[in-house]
Amino acid sequence: MKKIMAFLLAIVTVGAFAGCGTTEVDENPSGTVSQVVAGSVTTDGSTSMEKVIGFLSEAYMEENDKVKVTYNPTGSGSGIQAVLDGRCDIGLSSRNLKEAEAEELTGTVVAIDGIAVIVNRENSVSDLTVEQIGALYRGEIENWKELGGNDAPVVLIGREAASGTRDGFESITGTEDLCKYTQELTSTGDVVQTVASNPNAIGYASLASVKDSVKVLLVEGVKPTTESIQSGDYKIQRNFVFVTKKDGAMSSACEDFFNFATSGEADDYIIAAGAVPVER
Amino acid sequence: MKRAANFLEKAMNVIFTFCGFIAIAFVVLVTVFLLVSGIPAIKEIGIFNFLFGRVWASTAQSPSYGILPFILTSVYGTVGAVLIGVPLGLLCAIFTAKMAPKGLGTVIRNAVDLLSGIPSVVYGLIGMILIVPFVREAFNLPDGANLFSAIIVLAVMILPTVISVSETAIRSVPREYEEASLALGATKTETVFKIIVPAAKSGILTGIVLGIGRSIGEAMAVMMVSGNVANMPSLFKSVRFLTTAVASEMSYSSGLQRQALFSVALVLFVFILIINLILNLVVKKDVK
Repeated sequence: MKKIMAFLLAIVTVGAFAGCGTTEVDENPSGTVSQVVAGSVTTDGSTSMEKVIGFLSEAYMEENDKVKVTYNPTGSGSGIQAVLDGRCDIGLSSRNLKEAEAEELTGTVVAIDGIAVIVNRENSVSDLTVEQIGALYRGEIENWKELGGNDAPVVLIGREAASGTRDGFESITGTEDLCKYTQELTSTGDVVQTVASNPNAIGYASLASVKDSVKVLLVEGVKPTTESIQSGDYKIQRNFVFVTKKDGAMSSACEDFFNFATSGEADDYIIAAGAVPVER
Repeated sequence: MKRAANFLEKAMNVIFTFCGFIAIAFVVLVTVFLLVSGIPAIKEIGIFNFLFGRVWASTAQSPSYGILPFILTSVYGTVGAVLIGVPLGLLCAIFTAKMAPKGLGTVIRNAVDLLSGIPSVVYGLIGMILIVPFVREAFNLPDGANLFSAIIVLAVMILPTVISVSETAIRSVPREYEEASLALGATKTETVFKIIVPAAKSGILTGIVLGIGRSIGEAMAVMMVSGNVANMPSLFKSVRFLTTAVASEMSYSSGLQRQALFSVALVLFVFILIINLILNLVVKKDVK
């Protein structure tokens, strides 16, 4: 029994020391010595940007092992608020800044997200306009035959209320708060899976998450590809934005990461994360 | 040495007491937390608008927070699951306890135990891949993710609870009752339905109430098969339950929307409290 007590005590002691250790590291200010960047960069915001920020921060931390880049998935709105409050270094937003927000903040586009509109492979419809997609989702077109498809009811698959993809899709197609969804699913994977299994379904998802199990629609004759998204020919797309304070100076670590993420170096990682890099 | 033993005894005593209080502490913590975070939104929205509002549009330009669709969906879903699951489960329990040959009884019991150990996400997955397309084709619907699919999944999920609790109750009916009934010339079926089931009534009721508890609190599985649209419930419409309302929006929510989700959780908590109260009454009756 005594041994057990001693063991417990030992664990507690070690735990306490470990706690001290981490605080010391955290308090370590970024070195003034040139070249070596150290410190931490906190990012906060859009859940749609999880993959992009994940790839970028991992690649960056591999090069700069003294810097710790963290990501807090809260949503574009919360991320922007967090920068305003000074709770994070870089806010992540999957929409452009609103005018009021732009007064105090700067938005820098790091990547573009193409939202693909997908239907079941059995569906004969292959090209729609943004208006037609909007009409479908508003419930104005209820049968595929109105669009030249089979005589079958339209099943509208979408994302849950606060999803970044839903926000992006609805704002572009003019269907905000008007969608007559048949299903609201909580992940892109679910959307793809459901559309793949229901011959009458239509859904939307980030281009990167779309698999061969579904058919990607052309929008106004344009296929969603890297080129058509960069050139802006493909209509259903939105920007992934880094949000920073206008007046606050960035720490050297933060500035270094920011420069990396917005440089051509980051392109490969952005592509790997399934988004489209900005044209440079 | 003795002093050391004494010290250890006292120390362990403190530890046991502490562990005992932890359980209470968690209940108090959850209750207080839900009350504190759930009440402000109800106040702001108005309890009538909140509980009886028919429209939930939490992220709309002019948001609306009515949870009547969720409450009714949860109630209908649970009632449906009980209507399907309880007769099935009860008959299965009678079979394993009274009718089945020994070997088969053991096999069924093991299968039921296994069924209760399957994670809800697996039920949801199977429902999504098998039941949803099946319901779509069987009823010739545009889409199979609806209340009916959720009821089927929930019915299967409450089976193990209903079966194992009622089986125990049926087994504990004194053998003499059964023998007396048979000796008086009743058939086996008559004995089962007129003697054994009434004698095991309170145990069976406990099983049903526990099943209701499981069904009303289930989130993951129903989220995958019910379509998650905040419609007023109808059998073949996409619906959203109290649990899935919280689960599907919580991760991105903010402001009043977030607070309202806590209020939804509070309502769910009240439901569970009521179910537990009923359970206590059922069990107490049994003791008397």
